[in-house]
Amino acid sequence: MHSPVVTTTGRDLRLDLFRGLALWLIFLDHIPSNVVSWVTIRNYGFSDATEIFIFISGYTAAFVYGREMREKSFVVASARILRRVWQIYVAHVFLFAIYLAEISYVATSFENPLYAEEMNVLDFFKQPDQTIVQALMLKFKPVNMDVLPLYIVLLLFFPPTLRLLQRSPTLALGGSVLLYVLAWQFGWNLPAYPEGVWYFNPFAWQLLFVFGAWCALGGAARLGAVLRSPITLAVAAAYLLFALTIALSWYLPQYITFVPSWLEDLIYPIDKTNLDVLRFAHFLALAAVTVRFVPRDAPLLKSWLAYPAILSGQHSLEIFCLGVFLAFAGHFAMVEISGAVWMQVLLSILGILLMIGTAALITWYKRLEGRSSPARAKPSDADLAGGEA
Amino acid sequence: MKALVAAVLAASALSTGAAAAAPRPSCAVPDYLLFSDSPLKRVFGAVTKDRRLSIAVVGTGSSALAGPDGPRSAYPARLEAALNQRLSGIEIKVVTLVRSRLTGDDLAKGMDKLLVDERPDLVIWQTGTIDAMRRIEPESFRTALEEGVDRLHKGGADVILMNMQYSPRTESMIALGPYADMMRVVAHERSVPLFDRFGIMHHWSDVGAFDLYAAGKDNVLAQRVHDCIGRAIALLIIDAGRLQAFELKAVR
Repeated sequence: MHSPVVTTTGRDLRLDLFRGLALWLIFLDHIPSNVVSWVTIRNYGFSDATEIFIFISGYTAAFVYGREMREKSFVVASARILRRVWQIYVAHVFLFAIYLAEISYVATSFENPLYAEEMNVLDFFKQPDQTIVQALMLKFKPVNMDVLPLYIVLLLFFPPTLRLLQRSPTLALGGSVLLYVLAWQFGWNLPAYPEGVWYFNPFAWQLLFVFGAWCALGGAARLGAVLRSPITLAVAAAYLLFALTIALSWYLPQYITFVPSWLEDLIYPIDKTNLDVLRFAHFLALAAVTVRFVPRDAPLLKSWLAYPAILSGQHSLEIFCLGVFLAFAGHFAMVEISGAVWMQVLLSILGILLMIGTAALITWYKRLEGRSSPARAKPSDADLAGGEA
Repeated sequence: MKALVAAVLAASALSTGAAAAAPRPSCAVPDYLLFSDSPLKRVFGAVTKDRRLSIAVVGTGSSALAGPDGPRSAYPARLEAALNQRLSGIEIKVVTLVRSRLTGDDLAKGMDKLLVDERPDLVIWQTGTIDAMRRIEPESFRTALEEGVDRLHKGGADVILMNMQYSPRTESMIALGPYADMMRVVAHERSVPLFDRFGIMHHWSDVGAFDLYAAGKDNVLAQRVHDCIGRAIALLIIDAGRLQAFELKAVR
């Protein structure tokens, strides 16, 4: 299949491919009780698609805005990053509006006495003055709407981070690790509404984002020797196998006794909020094995098989938002029509097809705009490469 | 045990639901969902020595049913009935301390008073839903669980933790995952059985035993679900309390 992207940039298509796949997996995981989510990686190890998404987003953000910061200026690059932050904020608020619509509808029809207690969750919507304001302040975040606020915070602080990464990458990465450690040590996190803290702790998750950016700015090349070493591969594979064994014990609890008790005490709970070290390591192992077996010039990347995922990954913000919306809509359809297994499969497939179709449509629009105003061609090209950070 | 569970629940389903035209799958619970490594020693002692068993159910709204026949048909009463039916010559008493809208921490704080007032051999502690709805920090929830379980153990009572209901309609509004995980972790580290109500109800929904997606006011559904939950807890208590020797042969 002819792919317009391959011809316009020399960028690493693996980023688009895996980000596209991550977006699909996030969508599948966001449909509650979805039988198809058995295929997603969270069931086979510690980390899930969120790690992939945040890492690649850091990588592409550094790739695009880094060039801008070098070739133009700090101010120009920062301005573009902040414009991106605004776009993501608007997208988040838009999703929140859709969420409110779904909830309000559900609230009027639901009166099963078995779930009298659960229905109290709708109480929040009896005080829209509080709830909506807190949502605009990113403190009230409905279920599955935690990723974009994290992303907003990460990008908001990206200009100085990027500058430091360019001046002294080691110092920047060291600072990121230090912040991660301090956040664990002192329990730093941002407050949420009505209670508690952010589901994705930005002080912890920034590590993955900064690490992605560090890799984009020459870190990956520096790690080249390590990544090529057979020892790395062996260690990574062993760790993935270990994680797989542990993960299987979650779903086959009859066999949980095979996991020694001291090991359970050591590893649990595997903290997603604060990006548990086990999760981070699992992502690193996955990445190490992946770059080994899918090289930059892998024929797979140019085949029609990878194209739909690459396309989705190239418009990550739009497709991410669409995925969140489709997961709401899918759940709605399950509740109103049928929650049967065939329905779950149908909705999953339909959702991914819609994500691919929309990504194709956006590509078409962008090419249209590029053709009508040639002067704008370059920035929109950069946008493709990671303004979609 | 699997065959036993299936047989008992199938028999009960037949007796209560024989009138239904289309036979629904029974609310049998597969072995892997009613599984505990942690023995209930106090329960075993009370039954063998004193031939009596005193149970307190501590929880929130989902441990009760509304309406005039609510107390009779909610799972604590059904548990009492199921145990009376299965255990011969044992005096069974189940008291409920259900308070709506209390978090795990609120409930944990009341455990000392409970121990003095009721002197239970076993406390079934149902929690998690309110914490998930109010988005209490999962770590604080964990601490509250640990404190509550420790208090009960110190007071000489056995504990069964019971997690949330599977509620498909509110699934996209309440993130139960982190709280269910914490309950699993605490159950494991404190060696107490976990009654996985979420997993069990999910299983019933999957096999078609109940239509949990139903939105309307259906008291019959709620009562049948509670009856099945009561029976399933009875099986867990008999299994984890090693009370098989006291079971009526006829029920077996």
